[in-house]
Parts: sequence; C-alpha cells; structure tokens
Amino acid sequence: MSRSSNTLLNKNLQKSPTGIQGFDEITCGGLPTGRPTLICGGAGCGKTLFGMEFLVRGATQFNEPGVFVSFEETNEELTQNVASLGFDLDQLIRQKKIALDHVHIERSEIEETGEYDLEGLFIRLGYAIDSIGAKRVVLDTIESLFAGLPNQLILRAELRRLFRWLKVKGVTAIITGERGEATLTRQGLEEYVSDCVIMLDHRVTEQTSTRRLRVVKYRGSIHGTNEYPFLIDENGFSILPVTSLGLKHSISNERISSGIIALDKMLEGKGYYRGSTILISGTAGVGKTSISAHFAEAACKRGERVLYFCFEESPNQLMRNMLSIGIDLKPWVEKGLLQFQATRPTFYGLEMHLSATHKAVNGFKPHIVIMDPINTFIIGEKEIEVKIMLMRIVDYLKSNQITALFTSLTSGENSFEQTDVGISSLIDTWLLLRDIELSGERNRGMYVLKSRGMAHSNQIREFILTDHGVELQEVYIGANGVLTGSARIAQEANESAEMLTRKQDIERIKRDIDRKRKSLEAQIIALQTNFESEESEAIKMIETEQDSIKRLEQDKIEMAESRKADDDSPAI
Amino acid sequence: MKQKINNSKGSTEEFDLTVMDLDNQKYVLRLYITGTTSRSVIAITNLKKICEEFLEGRYELEVIDLYQKPSLAKDEQIIAAPTLIKKLPLPFRRIIGDMSNKEKVLLGLDLKKV
Repeated sequence: MSRSSNTLLNKNLQKSPTGIQGFDEITCGGLPTGRPTLICGGAGCGKTLFGMEFLVRGATQFNEPGVFVSFEETNEELTQNVASLGFDLDQLIRQKKIALDHVHIERSEIEETGEYDLEGLFIRLGYAIDSIGAKRVVLDTIESLFAGLPNQLILRAELRRLFRWLKVKGVTAIITGERGEATLTRQGLEEYVSDCVIMLDHRVTEQTSTRRLRVVKYRGSIHGTNEYPFLIDENGFSILPVTSLGLKHSISNERISSGIIALDKMLEGKGYYRGSTILISGTAGVGKTSISAHFAEAACKRGERVLYFCFEESPNQLMRNMLSIGIDLKPWVEKGLLQFQATRPTFYGLEMHLSATHKAVNGFKPHIVIMDPINTFIIGEKEIEVKIMLMRIVDYLKSNQITALFTSLTSGENSFEQTDVGISSLIDTWLLLRDIELSGERNRGMYVLKSRGMAHSNQIREFILTDHGVELQEVYIGANGVLTGSARIAQEANESAEMLTRKQDIERIKRDIDRKRKSLEAQIIALQTNFESEESEAIKMIETEQDSIKRLEQDKIEMAESRKADDDSPAI
Repeated sequence: MKQKINNSKGSTEEFDLTVMDLDNQKYVLRLYITGTTSRSVIAITNLKKICEEFLEGRYELEVIDLYQKPSLAKDEQIIAAPTLIKKLPLPFRRIIGDMSNKEKVLLGLDLKKV
C-alpha cells in the first residue's frame, strides 16, 4: 500500500521551487522540473525580472546554477538592472553559479543566402549549460529572433527543436514572450511551450497600476487559478496569494480597553476583543480619528505596539490635532511603540498598499493596526477590489491576532448603516458616529451598531470632545425626543430648577407641620396646667369638707359628755 | 558604401583612392560550420567556388567547426549555422545559410552593387 502511494508520488510531476515569495504556494511547489515554462505579458510587466529572480534564487537557495540568455539587454545592463533588487550577478558569475549570454542580432549585418539552422544558438546554450552545470535556463525574449531572422519557417522549426532539446537536456527553463494581440504571445510561442504558461499583466485603472499574475496552464499539476496581484520592490517579486487563507484564525477571549471608559462600559464594561476588527464609521468631523487616537494611546500605555496608517493626514498634523483633545502621542512615537505610516491612497495601487501593509506589519509586529480612513481607497479603485483587499488585510491581521481598527467616512447622502466600502460583514465591532442636528446645533451621537460576541449597550450616547479627551454623555430622551448639546443642557437646567422648587415645597410643608405640632403641644400643656390647678383646688375643698365633718362629730361627742347622757341611749 | 565614407579620413582624394583600392582589398573570411552536416559541406563548396571566382588570390578563408570550439559561438555572436563572417574589409557582415544563393552572397561580400 505504502509502496504504491510512494511510486505514485514519484510519478507526480517534479517541481523546482522558484523561491519567489508566494509563487511556490499558488503553483504547489514551483515550476515543472526539466520542462520549459512560458512567461508572457506586455512590456514592463516584469518578465525579465521573474526569470532573473528564478535563476538567482535557484543559484543561491537551491544550489541550482542557471544560464540567462538575453536577446534584448546586454550583460552589463542586466547586471545593473537587477542590482537594484539586491542581486549581485557579478559575484554569482564569478562563483560559476550564473552564466549570462547576450545574443545580439543585428538585422542589417545579416544576409540570408540559403538554408540554415540555429545550431549555433544550441551550441552556445549547451556550452553555457555545461560550463556551470546549469539546471535552470532563462531565454529572454526569444521572440527577438523573429525580428533578426527573416525566415519564419526555419525559425519556427528551430524553436520547436530548441524546446524539445531543452527538455532532453533536463533543464527547467523559462521562456519569456511579449503579449500578442489575440494570442498569448506575439509569435504564438504557446504552441511550442505547452507545459506551463504564466501570464503577467500590468493594468492601469483610474490612474493607478496593478500588477497581476495568473497561471494560465500547468500541465499535470493543480494550481491556483485566480489572478494574483504581485509587486516588484527592493526584495524582488512578491505574489500575494492571501485569498487562500481559510477562516481558521485562533480566537482570543481577551478584552482590551478602547481607551474611553464610557465606551468600554457600553461594551460590557470590558472593551473590544483582542484580534477583532473594529469599524468606526460616521460623517465628516464626528471624531473618528479621536476614537482611534484614544485606542492607540491606551494600547501604548499597556506597552503594546501600534501601527497607525493615516491616509489623509500627515503624522505631525494628526499628533497636533490630537494634542488639542489632550492625547499626546509623541512620547509613544519616540518610545517606538507607535509607528505612523502615511501614504496617499492614490499614491500606488491597491496591491502595493496591501503589500506595504504586510511589510509594515511584518516588520513592526504590532498588536494593533489602525487604518484611518479606509474608504479613501475608493477614489482610485473599484469597490469590489477594495473589498477584496480589505478582506485580505482583515484575514491577515486576524490570523496574526492583531486587533484592527478601521475608520470609514460616510457621506451624508448614504444611509448611516452602509459603509462605502461594503465591508460591514467583515467587521466584529461597529461603532457608528452620527451628527444630530437640533435647534441650530450640530452635536455628535454615538452608538454601537453591532458587536459580535458581547451584550453591548443599545443606547445612543452623546459624544463630546473635551480638552481631556472624548467623553460620552447619556443623551436626554424625553417627551420632546432625543436632546443633545445645549438643548440637553437647557432641559437638564429646567429639570434641576423644577427639582429645587419641589424640594423647597417639601421643606415648607415640613416646617408647617412642625409649627402645628408645636402649637398643639403648647395648647396641651396649657390645658394640663389648667386642669392641674382645678384639680388641686378641688382636693383642697374636699379636705376642708372632710375637716368640718370631723369637727361636727367631735362637737356631738363633746355635747353628750357634757349632758352625761347614757352611752346606750342616744342623746336627744 | 556609406560606411566607407566614415572610414576614410574625409578628404575627397582619399575617398577616391579607397574606391579604387576596393578591387584589390584583401578579404578575411571566417566560415563557422557545425560538423559535417550536408549543409556545412554545401556551404564550404559554394563559398570556395565564389571566392575563387571573384576574389582569387586576395582572400583568406578559415573554416571553423563550432563543435570543436563551442566557446567561439558566444564570442562571435553566432546563432545560425552555417555563418560566414566577413571580418575585412569593413563593414562587418554576417552571411548565413548554405551560400546557395550566389547573388546574395556577393551582395553580402560587397562584391556586387545594389
């Protein structure tokens, strides 16, 4: 069983890695080993560079020496041109890792006098290959032969023979060809080189250019079929196959503060999730950047690194403006925790932005990335492309557990819930800032439109920019609707006045009752005193009466004694 | 003939001399062939015939087999075979093919005016 799968593996097409960033991923390993590959595209789309990088990387990284046969540029020009990419051809030539051969054909010097073949070219190529043991060959651009040699019949037959010969030689070859009107190449080279065809494209839309690469054909191998954007920078080619990313990011439960306490409170009192994507959208001048700056400052205070892309303001302007609301970002920049990347969106194409983002993120390794604002991209690009690009950025940042905060400017005519970029589905937490116009004032309101995975507040808060940062106030919601700004303040004043009078009323009533009680108590005391005096008089009278009764009886006894009356018979 | 003027020292006299000289100039020719293919053999035969006829006694022909000296292909900028290189007199010229088209060979060797 294992043996059969092994042999199957061996039978699989062998591939030579190009070492070109991203290319080996989309072709599942590189170019077909021992076979010619056609690279076609218009002028200036990077064919020569692709070939050169294939050779240089092969020589330096995979120990496969290579021969570069140039039909257009001289060796000196070629060496100079690729030196800007950090390739030192001279040294590689000295180390016998790369051989250059410039085939010069001058039409005016040549006279055809009968049958011929291109054996001379074969010998040259064979000699170059054998002299350094080359495994890789680039022919750039072989179509120049058509301009130099008039006999097309011979040329076509010889080219067919050449490609067969290359296969027999077992070298992995790249043949470049200029794009034709209706065909992939001007001279129909795709007829001869049919194992692998790669198309490079350089497109200008709305004054910004984008380079794209597509694997048109790859015999005997699976490959990505999309148009992949690529760029050429000081590190050579890089292709961005980021759409191949799945939704497999690891998820963090950690929460990080937004830098605004009241906003944290709206988000369960904890703030955003780490690694989530936050969108702040709103009309002009509602404070999107201020919220971003708060977030950046809070992160820097935690000791995290923040990468701030500003597409509209220069970093210095932004820092000055933020100072006016009490956020001082300069110390963090100096400490190296905060890095600004300021470029105009129209400065280069989307892919360049994407790659610049990648590079900046890879270089700085931030915890938080802020892009302010994202919808300026729309000016130069089509909406769908912007969306794809942002999706890539979001994917990329998420897979690296980087919290991303985007701001988006909503134009007044659109509904607020609609971002220009149409990326709402990518967003985890969406804060909406809107202006509320009321009684001749324009005030700012904020609410959480959505926040995945948390029970967020559903209230509109009034958003106030103070000299010590952003403050969120509860808006007044009453019989007259939502009140903000001075209307809210007036309403609040009214309320407190009313409260005061009410309080005073209560005091008065309390005092009244007190007084009543006091007078009542006085009356009670007076009555009691009256009663007491009457009572004592009555007691006195009773005592007098009892005394006189006693005295009468005494008198009777004394009278009887004096009459000497019988004790038994009553006297008188 | 235009290039001739560039090579002369500029004066009319010298130009005339050069033109007169043309018939007596020595030819230095190199024929690059690839082994003993029929095309190579035909080229050698054809060329020798033409040289004997038009350049008798004032030409120097060297036949080089590229298989023996492959590095020369690069040095001499050769792609097609057979290739005849006219080193002298100037202008430098390449004549490719089996030399079966005599008119064109003469044209290439500046032995026939257009």
